[in-house]
Amino acid sequence: MTQNAELNTTTNELNPTGLRLNIVLAGVGGQGTLVAGKLLGNVAMRMGLDAKVSEVHGMSQRGGSVVTYVRIAEKVYSPLVEEGTADFVLAFEELEGMRWAQLLKKGGTLLLNTQQIKPLPVLMKKAAYPVEISQTLEDNTDSESVVKAFDALSAALSLGSSKAVNMVMLGAMSYYTDVPLSLWDEAIADAFAGKEKLIPMNRKAFEAGRNLVAGKAT
Amino acid sequence: MKQILLGNEAVARGAYEAGVKVVSSYPGTPSTEITESVAQYERIYCEWATNEKVGAEVAIGASIRGARALTCMKHVGVNVAADPLFTASYTGVNGGLVFVAADDPGMHSSQNEQDSRNYARAAKVPMLEPSDSQECKDYLVHAYTLSEKYDTPVMIRLHTRISHSRSVVELGEPQDLIVRPYEKNIDKFVMMPGMAIKRHVVVEDRMRRLAIDSSDLSSSIGLHQMEIRSTKLGVIAAGATYQYVREALPEVSVLKLGMIWPLPTDLIRDFSQKVDRLIVVEELDPFLETEIRAAGIACEGKALFSLLGEYSASKIRSALSEEPAPISAVGDNELPGAPGRPPVMCAGCPHKGLFLALSRMKLKVTGDIGCYTLGALPPTSAMDACVCMGASIGMAHGFDKATDGEESKNTVAVIGDSTFLHSGITNIVNAVYNQSNITVLVLDNSITGMTGHQQNASTGLDIRLRPAPAVDLEAICRAVGVTSIRVVDPVDTYETQKVIREELEKNTVSVVIARRPCALIPSGRAIKGKHTSVDYSACKACGSCIRMMCPALTEGSDKMPVIDTETCNACGLCINLCKFDALHKEGDNK
Repeated sequence: MTQNAELNTTTNELNPTGLRLNIVLAGVGGQGTLVAGKLLGNVAMRMGLDAKVSEVHGMSQRGGSVVTYVRIAEKVYSPLVEEGTADFVLAFEELEGMRWAQLLKKGGTLLLNTQQIKPLPVLMKKAAYPVEISQTLEDNTDSESVVKAFDALSAALSLGSSKAVNMVMLGAMSYYTDVPLSLWDEAIADAFAGKEKLIPMNRKAFEAGRNLVAGKAT
Repeated sequence: MKQILLGNEAVARGAYEAGVKVVSSYPGTPSTEITESVAQYERIYCEWATNEKVGAEVAIGASIRGARALTCMKHVGVNVAADPLFTASYTGVNGGLVFVAADDPGMHSSQNEQDSRNYARAAKVPMLEPSDSQECKDYLVHAYTLSEKYDTPVMIRLHTRISHSRSVVELGEPQDLIVRPYEKNIDKFVMMPGMAIKRHVVVEDRMRRLAIDSSDLSSSIGLHQMEIRSTKLGVIAAGATYQYVREALPEVSVLKLGMIWPLPTDLIRDFSQKVDRLIVVEELDPFLETEIRAAGIACEGKALFSLLGEYSASKIRSALSEEPAPISAVGDNELPGAPGRPPVMCAGCPHKGLFLALSRMKLKVTGDIGCYTLGALPPTSAMDACVCMGASIGMAHGFDKATDGEESKNTVAVIGDSTFLHSGITNIVNAVYNQSNITVLVLDNSITGMTGHQQNASTGLDIRLRPAPAVDLEAICRAVGVTSIRVVDPVDTYETQKVIREELEKNTVSVVIARRPCALIPSGRAIKGKHTSVDYSACKACGSCIRMMCPALTEGSDKMPVIDTETCNACGLCINLCKFDALHKEGDNK
């Protein structure tokens, strides 16, 4: 179950034993980062840990850059994940991966959905969408860090809904943590309370994300 | 039972647990979700008020009649509610009364970053500042106890990072709804000079008692926490800043203030004597620092920290600690710049057609608060001033009087439906009475859009989406004496331009209502399958549709438009802009 235990059990005198994770969920409005953030908070609570999930609301509009910070530990103080402190950056979109890569700590894991959602300045030909983002990120991060690129959108669409991208991303992240799978299962069920018929599909999307990175990891 | 709640949801839960009976608020980021969440508790009466002053007055009335009452607003909303707040401080309460003010340091969604703590001092009411969701709930419950015990309204100060962060909350048992008996008492509740002179004595005594009582850590009145660790450095902090301090400087001693007004001077003096160096860490104004210095206690503060914007753990660490900043995985490498995703008007946004008309006409535009403030930015760049809710109409009248009516030939005021009801009506009465020549454009998109789609008095639905009487905007204008009232569909951008031109020529107050629902609400959304299509044989690649910057319509490799049929709202604005008849509604081709 544990692929990289030392990655997520950074210890210090305030938290000698427990899990301690800083996670950045970066995407574009409508991609479900917030639902994923709430689900991570739920997982933390099920582990008896403290958690803070912080949303950044700007002016209400579609298609904006959105970021959700999740912090999990015995005791969490600041709700913000700052530069060089993220254990995980889950980029739901390629460009957003580039935008928020600075937050990744040395030896952190950046999971990159290769889906591209072009921002308006690019559509208007006032700016260029950067090319070869995953390669650029691999080349520009320290050797201990992991940059894993995969097509979460195709995986979600093959299961029936682009909305399941968030579960694919969480499934991919789960591969790098030692959180028991049963807790993820329960948290997914909680996230879709009242919409129970969506649970099986979202569990499959989670599994698909886990397999996507596992396949590439071998 | 434990739940992960947004700070704002936890405030609503606190209202429920405290037996609050009446909640009346006007939406405003970052406070909006409080009242939305209150609506989930069926036993609480809650409503969207027309503005913050009205919301406060409803809550004051409910309190005088004996109910526990709540009103919530963003920081600038307190400016609007300040009038009732300052005198409610004199009357005190019957049922507990709480004002929530949500500050926005860093201005994520605000026009200024004023510090609400100054209001607590100026109005002479106690203020509590929670630092996470659990405290949001617990402080709210405590606020009602304080309010009734000390006979005072209580303010709660929130913060974007507290309102919009989720953290674990241990839920409590709800008390029964509280409505205390009512007895007529004009000495307390009718504020004429003779009574108010006596009440001012009561107010000063109350604040003195609160300062003394809250200095006693064992009483828990002030909700303060003295955390003694290393005594080399002691920090005084509250709210979000407390969390940043604990994150950045785990070894230092901290006096965490729960009630940040009035200050527990004795407790602060006691703390100052326990540490070698005392530093106040607070965002925005040197509110605590000034008061602590005035009490004769030596401390440092704004000499080390900015008056501007948000703080963070790293800012505090770099100011007060030798510890190096964490190094990013990217290190010193320069990544290519990531193009931004700037806020733009949505596909199908009714404001777009109107602002295109204003831009073509090169008018002076006095603006207001709402999504349509984006009209100030490219591609329309059609706004000259935006100050506060309702100001557009008064400013246009000011333009008129400053030029003896001359400027009214090329100036319009733009104001949304919700903003018009909030504070535009009194302005239009003033303009009619004082014989203005202004032209007012009411952008009626049938919703309060920018705060996330709340109902208002003109939409026909209440906060729980039940049918409600819809206030008729035209009837209001007629009733106050506006003689020229026109209604246009802003998608019909050239007709809109023509009507505005006609109204500008009139030497009277004119109102043009640009009516079309927001593209994100059910009545404004595209019908499934409907979208606009391009007839490439007719397109001359002139670019007039592309220049309006619709997220659904972009430039292809041949300079011709490409339509994203998923995003397209089929509003038809691009069709109206096309001079070559190259755009059609799908299924509508000639």
